[in-house]
Amino acid sequence: MNNSYESVMARKNQIMQKSVGINYENFEDGNLSFDYEGLLSEGNFTLEDIIKIQNDNGVGNTPLKECKNITNLARKVSKKGYGARIFIKDEALNDSGSFKARRASISCYQAKKMGFKGVIAATSGNYGAAVASQAAKYGLKCIIVQECYDSLGVGQPEIIEKARACEAYGAEVVQLSVGPELFYKFLLLLEETGYFNASLYTPYGIMGIESLGKEVIEDCLKLTGKIPDMVVCTNAGGGNLTGTARGIQKTTDKKVEIVGASVNLKGLHMADDNDFNKKSFTTGHTGFGLPFIMNPDRSDVPRSAARALRYIDRYVTVTQGEVFFITEALSVLEGIERGPAGNTSLAAAFSLAQELKEDQIIVVQETEYTSAGKHHQAQLSFARDNGICIYFGDPSEEIPGKSIVFPKTVDLIKAEEIDLNIIRKKYLQNQFNKVDKLKKTDLKFLAEEINSSIDFVITESKKYKIELEDEE
Amino acid sequence: MIKKGSWVQIKKIVLNPEERASNLPEATKKVPLLLWVKGHLLEDALMNESVKVKTLTGRIEEGELVALNPSYQHTYGNFIPEILEIDQIVKSTLFGSENNE
Repeated sequence: MNNSYESVMARKNQIMQKSVGINYENFEDGNLSFDYEGLLSEGNFTLEDIIKIQNDNGVGNTPLKECKNITNLARKVSKKGYGARIFIKDEALNDSGSFKARRASISCYQAKKMGFKGVIAATSGNYGAAVASQAAKYGLKCIIVQECYDSLGVGQPEIIEKARACEAYGAEVVQLSVGPELFYKFLLLLEETGYFNASLYTPYGIMGIESLGKEVIEDCLKLTGKIPDMVVCTNAGGGNLTGTARGIQKTTDKKVEIVGASVNLKGLHMADDNDFNKKSFTTGHTGFGLPFIMNPDRSDVPRSAARALRYIDRYVTVTQGEVFFITEALSVLEGIERGPAGNTSLAAAFSLAQELKEDQIIVVQETEYTSAGKHHQAQLSFARDNGICIYFGDPSEEIPGKSIVFPKTVDLIKAEEIDLNIIRKKYLQNQFNKVDKLKKTDLKFLAEEINSSIDFVITESKKYKIELEDEE
Repeated sequence: MIKKGSWVQIKKIVLNPEERASNLPEATKKVPLLLWVKGHLLEDALMNESVKVKTLTGRIEEGELVALNPSYQHTYGNFIPEILEIDQIVKSTLFGSENNE
């Protein structure tokens, strides 16, 4: 078989189909549209089934904790009567140390059920350890493919720790230097081994998080007698937000504002060998968050089940300095030491809480474990070694790749709003580039995709001279 | 000499610069795509020789022998004193400066 880059990429759909056991073509129903809910019904799991699988495997039922000191800190700089109660869902306490265990649990369960001998996941994040941990429980072999080093072999401390964790759970770790061709090696490995593709973007990777949304509502009711007014989700590939929002919608009819938060890495190119070690966050950042929300199908499966734009009510960014600052605050004010990337949404919540009244509730729906390498101390040290200037000032001055600015006073922590209508328009632009005609089913699909009206879609389609097909 | 069966790490080139994807940033385009993987050495060998290993999932990979018993050396890095200043800022804001001595 020809294993050149072009040849392998040319047979990717065939490799994908075999490795996830889903015929994605069955869900295609328009020029652009596909049956999203149909795809999410793949495997016929109910939310109760998901919870049972997870509870049997060390996943879920993590505590919701009120951060009283952080709340009071926010109130010190809020208008009188403002400063919502801030809670965190301590997802670090799942086996393998993050909410990603929820996603991995269903993928590994499904892989075992379908008779696969092993699982493969392409990830430099906590998902690697999650898949490795769940695979261990099912006696599945496991390969994690990581983008880890620059071309000189210098690795991000955070990713090196994640590799160690994968190996601790018995997985083989294939580490690569910077570049999108990781996907090429990933395809080759799927072909070579015949293992299951435990992609983050299959329906299993999303339905596994619905339990988190359900727990957020139920835990909050139990602790406060109320449902949260706002839930903040760190956003990268979109799955965290999508699954959480779906779980919330399945649990309550009341409106809960869903906010996505990403670390602002503006100006750093994700595939650049030089930029790779200049960033201090390897996930939860805009380098993934923005391209994925505007084009979810850029993932490693034909149709991504992670579609954040369907569910997001607000999208904000925070700076690296703000997230490190709040990570330290969580440690010294609440006595909870956790990894920085998982606190992206906490940094955002600290700012957003100041817009809400004191009797309102804001839930940060994750934390992640911390360790050597995966700790703000280690990452700041690495940043300083890479010439990044670290100082106190106004975080809005921070230039990713050049500086990390800690807020010199807590009132300077300010989540920056991203205009969702601009994101919606860019999403539609990406879609309109693929076709010249739209069916009625496409209009309905696109309106759902952007959580807006059909009129909004039609107005945009005219700018691109897209023809609307008449259907009988 | 490193004995057959030893636990080692190898490094190999997956794609040479000319074989890489188009549309890469300049800095990435001019370097090869590299891979590192660990496994048991299939034959006695010297460091930096081209060798074959059997990985944990039983795959055979070939590449340059770069480490014997590869270890984890990542740490918490050099101390960053600014972290203590963060503690001071949040505690004095919350509890007042007199409670932070």
